[in-house]
This record gives sequence, C-alpha cells and structure tokens, in this order.
Amino acid sequence: MRNTWIICSRELTSYFISPVAYVFIVIFLALAGGLTFFFGKWLDRGQADLQVFFIYHPYLYLFLIPAVGMRLWAEERKSGSMEFLMTLPISTSQAVIGKFLAAWIFVGIALSLTFPIWLTVNFLGNPDNGVIVTAYVGSWLMAGGFLALSSSVSALTKNQVIAFVLAAVICFIFLMSGVELVQAFFRAWAPPRFVEAIAELSFLTNFGDLSQGVIDVRDILFFLSVIAGALFVNILIVEIKKSS
Amino acid sequence: MDKLLEINGLTKRFGPISAVDNISFSVSRGEVLGFLGPNGAGKSTTMKMATGYLSPTNGKVSVCGYDVLHSPLEIKRRLGYLPEGAPLYGDMTPNSLLNFVCDIRQLNKEKRKTGYEHVVESLQLERVLHQPIETLSKGYKRRVGLAQAIIHDPEVLILDEPTDGLDPNQKHEVRQLLDRMSHSKAIVISTHILEEVDAVCSRAIIISQGKIVADQKPSMLERSSRFHNAVGIRIEAENSERCISLIESIPDVLTVEIVRNDDELVEIIVFPSNKTDILGSISNSIDEGGLKVLEMYVERGRLEEVFRELTVGGFEVGNA
Repeated sequence: MRNTWIICSRELTSYFISPVAYVFIVIFLALAGGLTFFFGKWLDRGQADLQVFFIYHPYLYLFLIPAVGMRLWAEERKSGSMEFLMTLPISTSQAVIGKFLAAWIFVGIALSLTFPIWLTVNFLGNPDNGVIVTAYVGSWLMAGGFLALSSSVSALTKNQVIAFVLAAVICFIFLMSGVELVQAFFRAWAPPRFVEAIAELSFLTNFGDLSQGVIDVRDILFFLSVIAGALFVNILIVEIKKSS
Repeated sequence: MDKLLEINGLTKRFGPISAVDNISFSVSRGEVLGFLGPNGAGKSTTMKMATGYLSPTNGKVSVCGYDVLHSPLEIKRRLGYLPEGAPLYGDMTPNSLLNFVCDIRQLNKEKRKTGYEHVVESLQLERVLHQPIETLSKGYKRRVGLAQAIIHDPEVLILDEPTDGLDPNQKHEVRQLLDRMSHSKAIVISTHILEEVDAVCSRAIIISQGKIVADQKPSMLERSSRFHNAVGIRIEAENSERCISLIESIPDVLTVEIVRNDDELVEIIVFPSNKTDILGSISNSIDEGGLKVLEMYVERGRLEEVFRELTVGGFEVGNA
C-alpha cells in the first residue's frame, strides 16, 4: 500500500512537470465545453441539468483516455526505466496499481476542472445536484475503466502509437458492445450467450443510468470490476513481457 | 567465506537461442567480480537474472541466502543494481529520484541522510542535483544511476558497465569508490575495459556465447597469455641481427618475434618455452656479446589477448 502510494505520487508529480498534463487538460476542457455548447446546445435547451454535458463523455474518453494510458508502460519499456523500477523492492502489482491510480487521479483532476459548468447551471437555475454528483462519479468510474484497459494494452508494446491505436479500438469495443456494429462482429462466430454477455459489457449502457443520476450498484460494480480485471491482465502482461 | 551471491546452473533461452547456458559461480563478501565477454555473450542477461528482473529458464540464483524466485522482494532490498545504459526517469532531477528511491527502500531518517550525502559527495552530483536527468551528460547520468544503486548501502552490488561514458578522471573516481566499498560487499561489474579488471577486480569471469570460459584472478588470466614472461627488447638496428642470433641460441627461448623494424630501431619480443623466466639468461648473453640494448622489459601477459583467444579461439582455461 505504502509503495503503491509512493509510485502513484511520483507519477503524478511527473505529469505536472511535463507539458503533457497541461495540454491534456486544456484540450479536455475545450472539447468538453465545445461539445456541450455547440452540439448539445446546452443553453438553448433551457433545462437546468448537465445531461448534454455528460452525454459526450464516453466519446471524449474514447480518444483522450488512450492518450493518457498509452505511455504508462510503453514509455517505461522503451526508455528502459522499467528495469530500474522493477528492480526496486516493489511488487509488479504495486507498480501497476500505483501507475494506474496516478493516471486516474490525473483524469479526475481534469474532470473536476469542468466545475465552472456546474457553477453556471446553479447560477442559471435550480438543478438536482445529487444527479450531477452521481454523473460526475459515474464519468470518473468510466474513465477508470477506459484507463485500465489502455494501461494493459500499453504494456503490450514499446511503441506508444501502437498502444494508442490498440487501446482506442479496445475501448471502442467496450463502449459500443451493445451496438449492432460490434454485436454483428461477434454474432458471426460466437454462441448467442456470449454475444449477450458482450452486450452487458457495454460502457454506454452502464454509464447511461449513472449519467442520469440513477445510482445502480450494478453499474458501479461493473466499472470497478472492469478496472480490477484489466489491471489484473495488466500485471500478467508486465510479468510476461519482463521475462521475454 | 561469506557467499552473498550464488548462481547455479543458470540458463536463459529466448526461443531456440540460449543466451545464457548453464552458468554457475558465486561471489563472496569482499570480492569484486569482473564480468567480461564480447557483446551479446550473455553478460547483461545473467545480471538481469541475478537481480530477479528476468526469470531464468533454468537454474537458481540466491542473494544473501534468499532464493530469487521465492523471495524476490527480500533480494531486491539487499541488492543495488545499475542496469545497462543506466535508464532512469528523465523528467526527474537527481534529487527527486534519489528521494524516491529512499522512500521506496524505506530508509530511516539517519540512513537516508548519510546515504544521500555519501552518494552526492562521492559521485560529485552536487552541481546537477536540481537539473532534469534528461538534460545531463552521459557521465552524469551514469553517476546518478550509480548513486541510486548504492544509496541504501546494499550487501550485493550488480553494476552493468558502471564506467561506460565516463571520462578518465571519473573512471578513476568510480574505481576508487568501488575499491572503498569492496570490503563489506559482494560486487559484480561488467565491463569492456580490460584495464579496469586489472584495476578493481579480485576475480574475472569471461563468458562467451553464454558459457563461462574462464574464472580466475586477473593475474592468473594474464599468466595464461602467451606473452606471460616474454621479454621485450629495443635495440639499435645495426646490432639487431647479432642480438637476435645470440638470443636464439639460448636454450629456453622458443621464438623471437620482430614487432617493429625501422632504420634506427628494432623491437623484438622473445618468447620463452613453457613461459619460464628468461630475463636473466638474456641479459647475460647480451652482456657477454658486448651489446647495448636501449630497453628491456618483462611482459606480465596481455589480458586483451587472453580475452580474444578465449572468446574467438574457443579454448578453455581451467577454472580456478
């Protein structure tokens, strides 16, 4: 636990000493705002809620989270610093979880910097703040799911571009697994039960309820188990890659 | 003796290729083992397995009595390791990196202070403590890498090319540092610089194609060179023919090789049969012939030549 935090805080500090963090945050805020105002026509709707703000988050994350996750392990392997890190007295799981947590907290910081829109909606009307809090938590959990997937993909390669593209594809599959495009791909060869199970894995469905303020424990558990599962795979990949 | 690092039948295969093939050796406290071999011989692979970073296909590594597969953390705690090329986090400063290492290694306040001060002073990092590592010169990077490896005063030190990229003064400093630390630790260094083996190592292992081809004291290795006890002589060109024929008539002399021959000066090397000491008989017969030589010296043996013979030629020297 202690080591996980030390690694997490080292990583988090390194986000903010490079320009990467600031570039990411600015782009995230610009896109989140732009989508809400121009595509969601938030002001024209005349409703005191953040529905159209949260509705674009899955698609925003689809590209931005792999961009955060791609470097987690690929960079470490490419520069060789993985050898330095993994010969310190820490376990692989501490390293994997520590690095993931740092990235997740970082995304959380970016997400929380969208607070002016929350202030605005409270200034303009009387929104249900419980719904908004739930949606924020849901959004952050979904980001964690994407991030854990991206992190394990990142451990597969030394090349950050490959890591990014692969992660984006995998995130897309998880996001859209309920949609016909993805379903058709699996229906062609997989048993129907499996296809149904795939549909259940959809981030879109699981985020849908949360974004509307419905606290369904199953949705929360879903994202937490995606995170746990992906990190478990991540640990295995790091172990295997380390030895080959 | 106190064997801190023991390696037994260590093998690593990458697909069909055996990078390391059944290597066994041990290093005791107070020993500095020089690990030699051409590029790709398996030096780094062996070192990576010794640190627990790479898991072996076969064989056993134990550090301070702990098995690398069963208690990797115990081993990592007792070990200092400088990976090849000293890869570190480039965006960090030496100061923050060293503090990070101290945190992870859970050094108490006192150990942390002495460790930190010791590495900063002995590796002369004072000037760059607050510059990002990626902006530092190769020599500084290597020294920061060394600093993180020794800051916790480990019992076993494994250093992959610790002096690579350092200038002659820095090399000298690092060798002195290794020398000072050697009495309380077991140290393994890999190097391409053979004079370094002579300067700091109490023992040398040469590996070639994943196998140990020699494991001896550097002085013993030198002795297996054909140059051991050979006598080099420089004489004026006009006297050279007489001199050579005089020397060739000495019973213990095997051959005479001319290594340099110009108008004024001839340099020859006299090889004794069975590497016996022939200096006395040579100087006697030169005196008796009334010749004057410019210079005469006895060769200790050439490590470089032994290295080449062992790693290219493929003959084996009996292990010590």
